[in-house]
Amino acid sequence: MSNKKMLLSPKTKKILLGPLSADNPIMVQVLGICSALAVTVEMKPALVMGLSVMIVTAFSNLAISLLRNTIPQRIRIIVQLVVIASLVILVDQTLKAFSYEVSKQLSVFVGLIITNCILMGRLEAFAMSNKPWDSFVDGIGNGFGYAWILAVVAFFRELLGSGKLLGYTIIPESFYEFGYQNNGLMILPPMTLVMLGIIIWINNSKQQGKDIK
Amino acid sequence: MEAVNIFIKSIFVDNMIFAYFLGMCSYLAVSKTVKTSAGLGVAVIFVLIITVPVNYLLNRYFLSPGAMSWISPAMANVDLDFLSFIIFIAVIASITQLVEMFVEKFSPALYSSLGIFLPLIAVNCAIMGGSLFMQERDYANIGEATAFAFGSGIGWFIAIVGIAAIREKIRYSNIPKYLQGLGITFIIAGLMGIAFMCFMGIKL
Repeated sequence: MSNKKMLLSPKTKKILLGPLSADNPIMVQVLGICSALAVTVEMKPALVMGLSVMIVTAFSNLAISLLRNTIPQRIRIIVQLVVIASLVILVDQTLKAFSYEVSKQLSVFVGLIITNCILMGRLEAFAMSNKPWDSFVDGIGNGFGYAWILAVVAFFRELLGSGKLLGYTIIPESFYEFGYQNNGLMILPPMTLVMLGIIIWINNSKQQGKDIK
Repeated sequence: MEAVNIFIKSIFVDNMIFAYFLGMCSYLAVSKTVKTSAGLGVAVIFVLIITVPVNYLLNRYFLSPGAMSWISPAMANVDLDFLSFIIFIAVIASITQLVEMFVEKFSPALYSSLGIFLPLIAVNCAIMGGSLFMQERDYANIGEATAFAFGSGIGWFIAIVGIAAIREKIRYSNIPKYLQGLGITFIIAGLMGIAFMCFMGIKL
């Protein structure tokens, strides 16, 4: 642990923590919304998805950063895609082997991590011009920034939509007897967009609305 | 008839944007004006109807379990399913490259309106999603797969042109300061999605 503390110089720390809020991939950079939103009906697939993306961003950043001086400029997109695709295949096969249920629920969205813009965006913007360790940390940071948004959206959707968290019923029976009802709208896909809009709103006002377009 | 049904369904019910959020990044980034978003929409339709049938054939005759039995009976047990992600993305990346060169050579007018979007499209989730859904839903023949691709493309086109039109108008509205830009765009997209849900259950 103390060894790890030393590795995190102030600059590295900024790379790690920046993407959590001020430079969040979803809220600020608008990357990776595509494959994210359809998996947030329940907490469990959302967490698994977040973790998978984190692993893939971290290791693809590392790999590309190690290779960055040998990749010819013209074919770099294809090289990046191949690296990402191989990592995603690993994640997909692992999921299929160890938690088949979740893998079924995520269906095509695991495969869609390949075209997740966070990956390409970070590879282009960061890993191509930075050292391996920094890039690895940047990947973890961005993956985590993505994962926590997914977790928050999924938390509210599962709680309000079906009264559960991670599959356990949270809202007590007596609430329903008083006439409380689950909000069916929350389960439908479009509500994710509205939720995300609200999260962005909150984040923007917290950041005092720096550079709003 | 089945193909027509799939076509209609993939435009309205299983709309790429509103039901699955595919291609959201370019959807939000490029939808500032109607003109450019129409250009991107056309490019998406174009690339989808080429890549999905190609990937369909690859999946049918090489990748899915036992698909290679037509080469020799000894290969009936080969299952290359795990390679599908990498093959699909390679096909998509190379086809967009080819289409770009082809269009540049033979139709400069089309290239000037479509050209800048083609490289973007290689990493558009809607294209990859089209191939993956095609694989998952297991369409019966190439006609159905093409109908699905065409329908999804049109659905994407309608969605992006719609939101671009709304965004052009909403510039004149009085939106809370911190909700401007991205925030309100998300909410509009959500509301459009709810509107699209009234098509649910359409069948021919």
